[in-house]
Amino acid sequence: MSGASSWSLAEADHDKIVVLLTAFLRESNARTALLVDRTGQMVATAGEPPEFDPTTFASLAAADFSANDQLARLIGEPEFGSLFHQGETASMYLADIARRVILVVLFDTRTTLGLVKLRVRGTVGDLSKVFTEMFARDGGVAPRVEQDFLGDAEDEIDKLFGE
Amino acid sequence: MSMINYASREINCKLVYYGPGLGGKTTNLEHVYNKVAPGAKGKMISLATETERTLFFDFLPVDLGTIRGFKTRFHLYTVPGQVYYNASRKLILKGVDGVVFVADSQIERMEANIEAMQNLYDNMAEHGYDLTRIPFIIQYNKRDLPNAASIADLQAALNPGWPVEDAARQRPLADPYHEGEFLVGRTQDGEWIERATYFEAVAVNGEGVFDTLKAVSKLVLKTLG
Ligand SMILES: Nc1nc2c(ncn2[C@@H]2O[C@H](COP(=O)(O)OP(=O)(O)O)[C@@H](O)[C@H]2O)c(=O)[nH]1
Ligand SMILES: [Mg+2]
Repeated sequence: MSGASSWSLAEADHDKIVVLLTAFLRESNARTALLVDRTGQMVATAGEPPEFDPTTFASLAAADFSANDQLARLIGEPEFGSLFHQGETASMYLADIARRVILVVLFDTRTTLGLVKLRVRGTVGDLSKVFTEMFARDGGVAPRVEQDFLGDAEDEIDKLFGE
Repeated sequence: MSMINYASREINCKLVYYGPGLGGKTTNLEHVYNKVAPGAKGKMISLATETERTLFFDFLPVDLGTIRGFKTRFHLYTVPGQVYYNASRKLILKGVDGVVFVADSQIERMEANIEAMQNLYDNMAEHGYDLTRIPFIIQYNKRDLPNAASIADLQAALNPGWPVEDAARQRPLADPYHEGEFLVGRTQDGEWIERATYFEAVAVNGEGVFDTLKAVSKLVLKTLG
């Protein structure tokens, strides 16, 4: 395709990621960890299942991070490696992973920003390694689906968008 | 960039509605939202100003259901129309799989259409994407208005075609949606050109909205095969 880099997530990679996220949640006492692709798609979640719609959350988190990226450039920073949004009880911490993915940590009064930041550093490093290896391995080769899938998908499109 | 997630068995594709301010992008999404079966759609998110003009984007996820074991979903986005929101426009194009350009057919909006089209090319290029090589559909909206320009004029201004360099593709390709017209054809000077598929629409009453969406989503799926 045109340079828009499609990618795929294999089950083995997913498992590795969830192990890392789960360990991080245990050490930090945070509630939920989510990985969101920079284009706004949910990649993985761990911890307490979120009560919100994950699709909506992913698109807004990616937009939030991208907008802040541009703000960083305006003030002469290459990027903000992380962002923090503070709420009354629930807060979120966002961190860049290998320029492709965003780690979002949801936490409450059971822990502190200090502890989350302390523990997240190692996890960011570990995740960056996993993703960098993954992207290098896939080498930008677009994922493919089977021909049967395309036929069925077209039928569904006709049904759903048929009016 | 479509992502295939083999762990959660999901395929997500990103469609972006682009075009001049007040052309009808948000109206397209609203019609889809109102008409698609309740189980197939997620929440529609609009980041708008108090005056209801799109500030950052509108977002609507649409579910095709589970196909061959994969939950397949389209993420529909619109961009803000005004040039001073260009930074947000550019962000939304990141990872785009298919583009719908919603043109405002009114003669008075011709300049705004052309400017938005040029801006689309530029912003795509900044991401390293080539608009002539990804699924791209043009929708001529507001066909109901008396001051609407003719399709021939709109095509000449907004969809004049790009040269086909690949010799293997230099053969006539009929436009499946318009009899007697071509998507790939030869100009009078013998040059091979390709044009984007176009649709006429009256988005306020839904005319042409699903034809457009159907066409672009099928093109996007083809890129996965
Ligand atoms: N007459 C007419 N008005 C339309 C049509 N589509 C949209 N509009 C109106 O044009 C205005 C701008 O539409 P909107 O969807 O907000 O434009 P956007 O800036 O591209 O998102 C609204 O008042 C719509 O009701 C159409 O097909 N015909
Ligand atoms: Mg709008």
